[in-house]
Amino acid sequence: MLAAVACLGGIGLVAATALGIAAKKFAVEVDPKEAAILAALPGVNCGACGEPGCSGYARAVAEGRLAPNLCPPGGQQTTEALAAILGIKVTVKEPAVAVVICQGGDDLARQKYHYLGLEDCNAAQKLAGGPKVCPGGCLGLGSCVRACLFGAITITADHLAVIDRDKCTGCEQCLKACPRQVMIMAPKAITTHVLCNSHDKGGEVRKYCQIGCIGCSICKKIAPEAYTVEKFLARVNYTQADDAALAIAKCPMKCIRDIAHPPVS
Amino acid sequence: MKLPTFPGGIHPPDNKATTAAKAIVACPLPGELIVPMLQHIGAPAECSVTVGQQVAKGEQIGTAVGPVSVAIHAPTSGEVIAIESRPHPVGRPLPAVVIRPDGDERWHEELQENDPDRQSPDELRQLLQQAGIVGLGGATFPTHIKLSPPADRPINALIINGVECEPYLTGDHRLMLEQGATIVDGILILSKILAVDRVILAIEDNKLDAIDTMRKLCADTPIKVQPLPVKYPQGAEKQLIEAITGRQVPSGKLPMDCGAVVQNVGTAAAISVAVRQGRPLVERITTVTGSGVRTPQNLKVAIGTPLAHLIEQCGGLSDDPGKIILGGPMMGNTQMSLEVPVIRGTSGLLVLRHQEISIKKPGPCIRCGQCVKVCPIHLQPTVIALCARLGLVEKADTYNALDCIECGCCTYQCPATLPLVQSIREIKGAIMEHKRKH
Repeated sequence: MLAAVACLGGIGLVAATALGIAAKKFAVEVDPKEAAILAALPGVNCGACGEPGCSGYARAVAEGRLAPNLCPPGGQQTTEALAAILGIKVTVKEPAVAVVICQGGDDLARQKYHYLGLEDCNAAQKLAGGPKVCPGGCLGLGSCVRACLFGAITITADHLAVIDRDKCTGCEQCLKACPRQVMIMAPKAITTHVLCNSHDKGGEVRKYCQIGCIGCSICKKIAPEAYTVEKFLARVNYTQADDAALAIAKCPMKCIRDIAHPPVS
Repeated sequence: MKLPTFPGGIHPPDNKATTAAKAIVACPLPGELIVPMLQHIGAPAECSVTVGQQVAKGEQIGTAVGPVSVAIHAPTSGEVIAIESRPHPVGRPLPAVVIRPDGDERWHEELQENDPDRQSPDELRQLLQQAGIVGLGGATFPTHIKLSPPADRPINALIINGVECEPYLTGDHRLMLEQGATIVDGILILSKILAVDRVILAIEDNKLDAIDTMRKLCADTPIKVQPLPVKYPQGAEKQLIEAITGRQVPSGKLPMDCGAVVQNVGTAAAISVAVRQGRPLVERITTVTGSGVRTPQNLKVAIGTPLAHLIEQCGGLSDDPGKIILGGPMMGNTQMSLEVPVIRGTSGLLVLRHQEISIKKPGPCIRCGQCVKVCPIHLQPTVIALCARLGLVEKADTYNALDCIECGCCTYQCPATLPLVQSIREIKGAIMEHKRKH
């Protein structure tokens, strides 16, 4: 009994000493700035900054490779904290959120075929370009939901992705997961958007969707500054969007909406 | 005596009785033929006609581009009325030549009869490429490529595939019964090109009449008829080689790496016609079947005939169709339009009714191992599908996902109705992309 205790204790002592020496001898010097930056970051490892995770970004900022205002989940608070650590002045980026520019759910947009396979938009997209006739419409199989680290996306019963604007941090991971680029980033302050992603001609769009943009340019006539129409699809000009809301009532296809204040139906 | 086979596999209901006893019927020409320029694996053919041009049956309308490509020919005589993108079995519109038949069925004058005994293997290979011969089992791989093994890989077994293991399909079965002599002639031409002595014609033993017929026809030839037990996918290339020769095609390698070449019986018949009569591949046997059509039958169809025309010839749809599949139910492609034409690889047109389609929602994997048991390649489909769900591309590669032949046994067997093949296909694409990048 005593021999066993002495033996194990001895091994423990030797190992502890060896580890202690190794820890001193092979210690990796960490830039105190980097450690401070890492502590100030939100630690969600979303990858929005372009680095694999928060520690990578902390190192990049400490070494001056990346700007301190590239962390969307951290927002204004983190940017200011980082600027204080570095002792520099940084312009805080305007917060942006993802917007799903499609309203063509199962009831409004036609399907090419009935899809029965894997619940994954990228898999469905490979089968004859996806089950929706519209080449840009939301497939609603939830690839973005699985990509979102913040639980900000849900899928409606009509198979459309919906973004919770309070939870969305603007990390853009959903944009990367979507095979149809049906999400765009827009300033959080702007709530009027053209909710369509089809560049087909108006006649084509009418054949497959009851709520798609037909490129009629009425919105542009009402608010010339606030809208641009390119390839039969209107877009809100986010730098001059003050008058955008004026066109909501006039859009014949009802695809311009104020997403923060949905119409009472 | 125990018949040779491969490990794994399944026994789906074969549903062949509806068409197996019916003789092949020639399908009348439709109002217009849509002949796509891509009907084979490899580069699409390049269109060589113009709108308004009169073409004769068998006249070349698309030239082969590069070595892995074959020529395309007019399936009948008539006028080219359009050259445009039309619906294609792959699911998106692809370039096609649209021909309005004149009803004369006038063969092209330049087509020549040949004597295979007077031609060298190289001349015969070139002739096959010009005649547009591809594997008619469904894969449509250009035949002349398969018949050109590099010098360091000697071929010592030519296996002729008369297995037809896909449920519902009976085209090859009928072909063996009705045109057995043409098949035998084609096989002899193939064995001449490859210079092999060991020639085996494999037939599943649910086609005893075909085995009898072919045995009689092969009596004075080096061809040995080998019955095989009924099991899906017995007709898959690698499984067939394993059953016949006992050799496994190494992972990531081709059949020629273990000294074997496999050709379908339909291909053999087409080779005989192409060589002896000089007639290119412009028609094929297609089984139109399933409870969704009124009178299922085997049709001899001109390439380019729209599916709607086939269904019309078979008495129309019996009910609102639930699923329309080109090929067999296990590996065929579901179609969303009847404007799609028959192409060289169209072995069958299967129409299923709504009540025959399973629309169960996939459940969680219960780790029962059924998919592992039935996998003819000895893969672990459930593990690879898990890798696919988690996006573990490199991990999936270590489980040899790329060796999957997409036969569908695992999906068929899965009690949780998981779409395993689709998951594996997804991760296979991701692995290929990963390999291209690194």
